Amino acid sequence: MTLGALALDSDALAVCYIVAFVLFIFGVRQGTHPRTARRGNWIAAGGMAIAVAATLATDVIGNWPLIATGLIIGTAIGVVASIRVQMTEMPQLVALYNGLGGGAVALIAWSEFRHVSEGFGLEEFIPILFATVIGSVSFWGSNVAFGKLQGLISGASVKLPGQQVINALLLVGIIALCVVLAVDRDSPSEGLFIAVLVAAGVLGLMVVLPIGGADMPVVISLLNACTGLAAAGAGFALDNIALIVAGTLVGSSGTILTLEMATAMNRSVGNILFAGFGGAPVGSGSSEQRPHTSIGSQDAAIMLAYADSVVIVPGYGLAVAQAQHAIKEMADALGQRGVTVRYAIHPVAGRMPGHMNVLLAEADVEYEDLVEMDDINPDMPQTDVAIVVGANDVTNPAAKTDPNSPIAGMPIIEVDQARQVIVIKRSMSPGFAGIDNDLFYDDKTSMLFSDAKAAANEIASAIAEL
Amino acid sequence: MDAVTEITIFVLAALVGFEVISKVPATLHTPLMSQTNAIHGIVLLGGLLVIGFADNPLEDAIGVIAIIFGTVNIVGGFLVTDRMLAMFTRKKSRPKSEPPSGGEDSS
Repeated sequence: MTLGALALDSDALAVCYIVAFVLFIFGVRQGTHPRTARRGNWIAAGGMAIAVAATLATDVIGNWPLIATGLIIGTAIGVVASIRVQMTEMPQLVALYNGLGGGAVALIAWSEFRHVSEGFGLEEFIPILFATVIGSVSFWGSNVAFGKLQGLISGASVKLPGQQVINALLLVGIIALCVVLAVDRDSPSEGLFIAVLVAAGVLGLMVVLPIGGADMPVVISLLNACTGLAAAGAGFALDNIALIVAGTLVGSSGTILTLEMATAMNRSVGNILFAGFGGAPVGSGSSEQRPHTSIGSQDAAIMLAYADSVVIVPGYGLAVAQAQHAIKEMADALGQRGVTVRYAIHPVAGRMPGHMNVLLAEADVEYEDLVEMDDINPDMPQTDVAIVVGANDVTNPAAKTDPNSPIAGMPIIEVDQARQVIVIKRSMSPGFAGIDNDLFYDDKTSMLFSDAKAAANEIASAIAEL
Repeated sequence: MDAVTEITIFVLAALVGFEVISKVPATLHTPLMSQTNAIHGIVLLGGLLVIGFADNPLEDAIGVIAIIFGTVNIVGGFLVTDRMLAMFTRKKSRPKSEPPSGGEDSS
C-alpha cells in the first residue's frame, strides 16, 4: 500500500507538529481552572490526533496491518480501562499508564538500537541509551508502584540488607555498560544492550520496593517525570520534535509535582527514595496508654450540628473506607442546618497529587468547598469543629512543636487550632509513619472509634433527627 | 535536525512547561497527571516510526507492543481525564451560584 502521492513531506509534518504543540500547551493551560479544564483536555487530545495522523501520512510508515492491530488493541484496552476504573483506584491507573509509557520508550529504543549502523554519532547513541535506561526504570518501577497500590504486593516498606549499596552498584554497572556500548558503537553488542535493559529494570524494582504507601504521591510524580524525559530522549534518538516537546512537557509537570509533594512532606526527594520511611511502623515504641476522650456518633452529631463552621479534614483512610459519599451526606445535613462546611485538603492526603479532591468531586462536593492547606490554616482558630476523617500524620502538631519528630517541619493542617476536634479513626494505632499523634490526647479532641463510612452515615442520620 | 537545535527546543519546551503547569491548582493535580499520561502517549509516534523499518518478527513484536502501550496511554489517558473533569464541572445542587449569563469565563 503506497500513499506516496499523499505523503507529507518533512516541512508539512513539522507544521502539523507545531500545531499539535500549540494545542497541547493551550490544553494544559486551560487545565488551570475546573470550568475550562474539560475543554482543555479535548483540545490537547485534538493536538494528539493531529500529531498521530500527520505521522501516519508520512512515507516512512509501513507495516500497516501491524499498525492497525496495535492501534485497535490499544484503543480497546484504553477505553475499557478508563470506563471501569474507580476513582479510588486512580493512583494505580496513573502508575500503570506511567509504566506503559516507559515500557514503550524502552522498546522503541531497543528497536532503534538494532538499526544503528555506521554513521550513527554519539548524538543519536546517547539518547537511545538514555531512553532505554529511564524507560526501563520507569516501566518496572511503575509496575511495582501499581502492585503496591493495588495490594498485589505489600504496601509496606520492603528492605533488603545493603539495598543502597546494591542500588549504587547497579547504577555504576549500568553507566559502565553504556560507556562500553557507546565507545563500541560501530558494532555494538546486543547482549550488552539487553543487559542494560535488564539492569535498569532491576534498579527500578529496587528503588520503588522499599517505598511505603504514604510516600506514593512523590514516587508516582517522579515516575511521571521519568516517563516524560524518557519520551523526550526517544525524540532525540528518532529526530522527532513532537516527542521532544511533548515528553519535555510531561517531564516538567512530573518534576513540579514531585517537588511540591516533597515540600509538602518536608523531605527531600533523595530522602524519600533512599530512606524508605513511609510505610514501616517504626517500632511500636511508646505504647503506654495515655488518656483520651472517646465519644459516640450521637455526641459528635450534636457537636457538629450546633457549630457555625466545620472543617472536614479527609485523609487516605476516607478513600480506603470509600466514605466520600457518606461524608458528603453528612456535610449536606449540616449545610441544611446553616452550618458552613469546608474541606481542608493536605497536598499529600491521598496516594497521588490531588487524589482527595477527585474523590470528593466524585461525591458531588463543590470545587469551591475544597480548600488548600495554606488557605484554610489561617481560618482554623475561628473554626468551631474540625473533623478529621482517616487522616493522621498531616494533622500531627508534633511536626511544628517537636524538632526530634520524624515529621518535624512538615506542613500540617492545623486542626489543633480549632475550638473542638473530632477524630474518626478505627483505633488509636499510629499512622503510616508510625508516629504517635499528640492531637488525639488533646483536651479538646474527641475520638470517635469507627469505620469512616459507618460513622459518617450515623452522624448524618443523627443530625437529621435533631 | 542537528543536536543543538534539538537541545534548544528541549530547553524552551521545559521553560514553557514549568510556566504553564505551575499555574495548575493542587485541586486539579490528579487530572493533570492523567492528562500528562495521555500526552506522553506521544511515544506512539516512535512506535509507528520504528515498525516501519522492522524487518524480523522480534522487531515486529517490539513495534506492536510499543504501539499498543502508546495507544492505551493516549486513549485511556484522555478519556479518564475527561471522566474526572466532568465531576469537577457538573453543576447541580447549587444553581444560584452560577454566574449570570455573559459571565462565562472563556480564558
